[in-house]
Amino acid sequence: MITHPFTYQTPATIDEAVQALGRSREAKVIAGGHSLLPLMKLGLAQPETLIDLRRIAALRDIRREPDGTISIGALATHRAIADDPAVRAGLAALAEAAAAVGDPQVRTRGTIGGSLAHADPAADEPAPTLAFDATIRAVGPKGRRDIPAPEFSKGTFETALGPGEILAEIRFPAQPARTGSAYVKFPHPASRFAVVGVAAVVTAKPDGTIERAAIGVAGAAAKPQRATEAEKAITGTKGDAKAVVAAAAKAANGMTTLADLVASSEYRAHLVTVYARRALERAIERARA
Amino acid sequence: MAHVITVTVNGTKQTREVEPAQLLVEYLRDTLRLTGTHVGCDTSQCGACTVLVDGRATKSCTMLAVQADGAVVVTVEGLATDGELHPIQRAFSKEHALQCGFCTPGLMITAIDFLERNQSPTDADIRHAIEGNLCRCTGYQNIVSAIRAAATEMKTGAARPRVAEVTR
Amino acid sequence: MTTATTPTYIGARVARKEDPRLITGDGTFTDDVTLPGMVYVSLVRSPHAHANIRRIDTAAAKKEPGVVAVLTGKDLEATGMLPVFITVPNMSGSKHMPIAADKARYAGDAVAAVVAETRDAAKRAADAITVDYEPLPVVVDATAALEPGAPIIHEELKSNLVFTYPVKGGDIEKAFKDAEVKTSLRIVNQRLIPNAMEPRAVAARFEAGELTLWSTTQIPHFVQLIASLNLGLSQNKVRVIAPEVGGGFGSKLQVYAEELLVGYLAKTLGRPVKWTEERREGYLATIHGRDHVSDLELAAKRDGTLLGLRVRTVANVGAYLQAFAPGIPTILHMFVVPGPYRLPAYDYEMRGAYTNTTPVDAYRGAGRPEAAYLIERAMDRLADEIGMDPAELRRKNFIPKDAFPFNTISGISYDSGDYAPALDRALAMADYKGFEKRRAEAKARGNYRGIGISSYIEICGLAPSKANAALGVGWGGYESARIRVHPTGAVQVFTGTSPHGQGHETSWAQIAADALGVTPNDIEVRHGDTFESPGMGVGTFGSRSLAVGGIAVHKAAEKVREKVVQIGAHLLEASPADVVVEGGKVFVKGVPEKAKNFGDISMAAYLANNLPEGMEPGLEATVYYDPPNFTFPFGTHIAEVEIDGETGAVRIVRYSACDDCGRQINPMIVEGQLHGGIAQGIGQALYETAVYDENGQLLSGSMMEYHVPTAEDIPAFQLDHTVTLSPSNPLGVKGIGEAGTIGSTPAVANAVIDALSPLGIRHLDMPLTSEKIWKAMKAAGEGRR
Repeated sequence: MITHPFTYQTPATIDEAVQALGRSREAKVIAGGHSLLPLMKLGLAQPETLIDLRRIAALRDIRREPDGTISIGALATHRAIADDPAVRAGLAALAEAAAAVGDPQVRTRGTIGGSLAHADPAADEPAPTLAFDATIRAVGPKGRRDIPAPEFSKGTFETALGPGEILAEIRFPAQPARTGSAYVKFPHPASRFAVVGVAAVVTAKPDGTIERAAIGVAGAAAKPQRATEAEKAITGTKGDAKAVVAAAAKAANGMTTLADLVASSEYRAHLVTVYARRALERAIERARA
Repeated sequence: MAHVITVTVNGTKQTREVEPAQLLVEYLRDTLRLTGTHVGCDTSQCGACTVLVDGRATKSCTMLAVQADGAVVVTVEGLATDGELHPIQRAFSKEHALQCGFCTPGLMITAIDFLERNQSPTDADIRHAIEGNLCRCTGYQNIVSAIRAAATEMKTGAARPRVAEVTR
Repeated sequence: MTTATTPTYIGARVARKEDPRLITGDGTFTDDVTLPGMVYVSLVRSPHAHANIRRIDTAAAKKEPGVVAVLTGKDLEATGMLPVFITVPNMSGSKHMPIAADKARYAGDAVAAVVAETRDAAKRAADAITVDYEPLPVVVDATAALEPGAPIIHEELKSNLVFTYPVKGGDIEKAFKDAEVKTSLRIVNQRLIPNAMEPRAVAARFEAGELTLWSTTQIPHFVQLIASLNLGLSQNKVRVIAPEVGGGFGSKLQVYAEELLVGYLAKTLGRPVKWTEERREGYLATIHGRDHVSDLELAAKRDGTLLGLRVRTVANVGAYLQAFAPGIPTILHMFVVPGPYRLPAYDYEMRGAYTNTTPVDAYRGAGRPEAAYLIERAMDRLADEIGMDPAELRRKNFIPKDAFPFNTISGISYDSGDYAPALDRALAMADYKGFEKRRAEAKARGNYRGIGISSYIEICGLAPSKANAALGVGWGGYESARIRVHPTGAVQVFTGTSPHGQGHETSWAQIAADALGVTPNDIEVRHGDTFESPGMGVGTFGSRSLAVGGIAVHKAAEKVREKVVQIGAHLLEASPADVVVEGGKVFVKGVPEKAKNFGDISMAAYLANNLPEGMEPGLEATVYYDPPNFTFPFGTHIAEVEIDGETGAVRIVRYSACDDCGRQINPMIVEGQLHGGIAQGIGQALYETAVYDENGQLLSGSMMEYHVPTAEDIPAFQLDHTVTLSPSNPLGVKGIGEAGTIGSTPAVANAVIDALSPLGIRHLDMPLTSEKIWKAMKAAGEGRR
């Protein structure tokens, strides 16, 4: 039950949506509604106006561009992303993160744009978004701008989106040859959010040496972040078991891990290292395949 | 400000005036009096409210009625056609996959969407597919059996159930 | 008396008669009841766990659009107190009004109610009520509540002690003096939240002086009784209907504030009224279960022979005493702690304590899961200390099958039992002998594997009315049934039981069908409407329905059958001893071709012009069956788990159970009850817990935080059974509603501790969550690979 009244609009284009957003100070953009509607039911969000993007069909698209960039529209559902052949082939960690969101019904309605814009630290998709060096394309009154993923998350429920800006798409750059990726997750047993979710993206040289590694961690801290010490530790190694264990052990370094009923700060930090190792192992295996 | 929406529910076009704050489940239960769809939680966990929206299992407590404007919705009341039960309904009864029956409509709807995509599921696949539906009575064992049995019937049956055809 | 022929339907896997409406959306649950002119109730609940109510400002709420009425505690004095049906000696009962007037005693205690034209309007207006609270010191922990200086929940009682209840037998001092081994253990049986999938709801209509109340209840007749007494209505003017009820597990085994409130409002406003619980509200305002802290000491010989058990427990009853709360930690718990074992000496003292928490009452098993967990953890501890196989320790102490009926040290009499075969079959299913190999394989993967056994008994068939009276239960333990055969031969069974998923419509039809020689499809079973059923029905709880209510149906059907035989004999000009009733026909033995149809007999009963001399017309029977004893189902459950050596996450890899509930009426339903019960028991062992902070705020207050198991958390179960008939009733049935919950929790907990035992870990409290296990592994120096 939502007890506070609001007006509801369905603009036909993103420009119309931006204009509508500009007209009301207390407006909220709604996509799948799986972050916003639960808050509205609790009375924790009480927008005067809801601007539903659902008529803007272009925002649903998952496209592979000529330069290999995979562009994912804000309205692409977790289900669509998890099922998309291009995403599965090129961005396995993203497909796996999308497949790990909530449950099947949540994945059917929930969108990547909504998830990123809501900025719940326990959301899954921000981890691969970080690890793949994606950029977030926002459209606002001043036009379009691209925000690098590390600059997008500002904290719990906070993003770099300005007032009047709408998240339009997430752009994943082409990955070099011999790149493998994976997302693994320790879910909250009740809510299914990530207690810890780790996305690893690894590029190997022809001789198997790790040329580049990126590790995005969700759930562990107030905002998703990269495990930079672990990335450095694995880069340049052969990616053997010993190197992976040593690198993963550093995955929580520098993170201020959260505590809740399911996991203390100490346990979360431990889980980050365990899941970093598991993600790295799988990503390296795929990079070599 | 009220909106006029048209939703095809169980094969019938319904045009109604609704407030934006009305949830789809409230529209189904209170406005259309289709009370087979239930509300079991307030937090999108339990799945009792699951209906097919454009062929896809959706938690109708986490969708506004206005967002369903133009959509095709199937509820538990729409699963049987011309008095013939859907294979999933038959299987739920045959395998004793329901006790109190409160979660059952949502589980059957979730299973229908799942079986459209996976015609030969393993038990592990089935358990994963229903992780968004809670049942407190059955311990899930017979629900898994029922979905497995329905999969077999839907795969070998002469005609695929109509519910899927009209909604895809 | 004629004897029934071989059962045709009893024991068969008959498809459920309930299913067709439930799989098509045709069933009517309470919240589906919507009437013209209906108004809706929303309750204001205290955010404080303990606070004086200084002032309630309802002015703004009254101005909200659509508001019909706003009520506070003092407006509701007329409804009287909520009932408690069990009184134990020296009990300090609490004053419990539907809406608190003076102070709130737990977070969720109702302090005001709003009635409005729509649900939304009611909720908006409820939000507009401001309450001036004076927060008071809070006590959440039951042991702390009994300490001197603890905040007092009910001032007039002077203390938070609800009762002290002893159960003793044998010479406990001698037992401990003679002991070669003593083992002691503090165990916590954590608080659980029932989470029936259907939230509670109440709807009511008052018309022509008659109140009709629809409620999500397991006990419609008790709701009728209390509504009648408390609302000042003649009982014949109160009709309570429990329509489809979406699970209960004890949480709907109450007369709740909202039932009286909605009934009162319908009567005073003259409009239909409905209240539907929101799930978050239910977490606070629907009863919780369990919540014991126990210290136990077990005395034994080195060969494993048990000598004595001493237990001291504090049970948290929450802020108020609910309907059955005094009986759950006492009667339903303490008498069965000795389980399936010979125990020469027993000394148990239970104390109940009020705290600033949601009231605690029956949750599936209600006292018996706590009992089984206590004794089965103790047995494993003893096995560990004396280096004995846990299966053999159990077998050694089992009450032998020739010792039944067996008078226990706790003072009750077990009806029948043969415990070793159930253990043996469970061990075989579990491949117990091959386990150590699997443990070694898991170790090679860096994981810990364990196997755990639980041999349980439980007490069902609640209850012989005289036993009830002796135990302080303020009502008889009988059950009622009426069978009406219409002139055409259509059969209706009216039962006093009130199922909410148990399939009574099917099982009762099977029982009646065999007696009447017709098919279950020929029989309609109706329940949950106090205007249809016999005058009083006790209801569905405590695995009592079959052993009491099912027998009432059987006896009523036998009465009808007897009359059918008499009429048949008269019409066929034969001796009643030669009359056969089967297949919808009545005929003389050996002459089936000259049969009368069942409908011919019923028609004759109502035409009444050719009946045996002196026979009353009609074909109908009502029975109130009061059982002579309880029944005691039993079994052995075995869980095998594997623990992730890095994270502590537990996975149940194998689950085997052999249960004995006496004769099974419908094995399909029996298995279903076991599946669900086992899943709930697994939930307690691994996942579920109600967590309060020190201020009495429920932190696990929604399905986002409280882990109700999903299909992925629950393994596939392997089930087997033995059949040991109960001598307590003519069908030899016992009961199966709670067995799964009782047997499973200790099996899983024992398996986890067994897995961790190579690390020197001897006990962990439930729920056995990943972090708890990881911390224990880490402390044991094995946290990492």
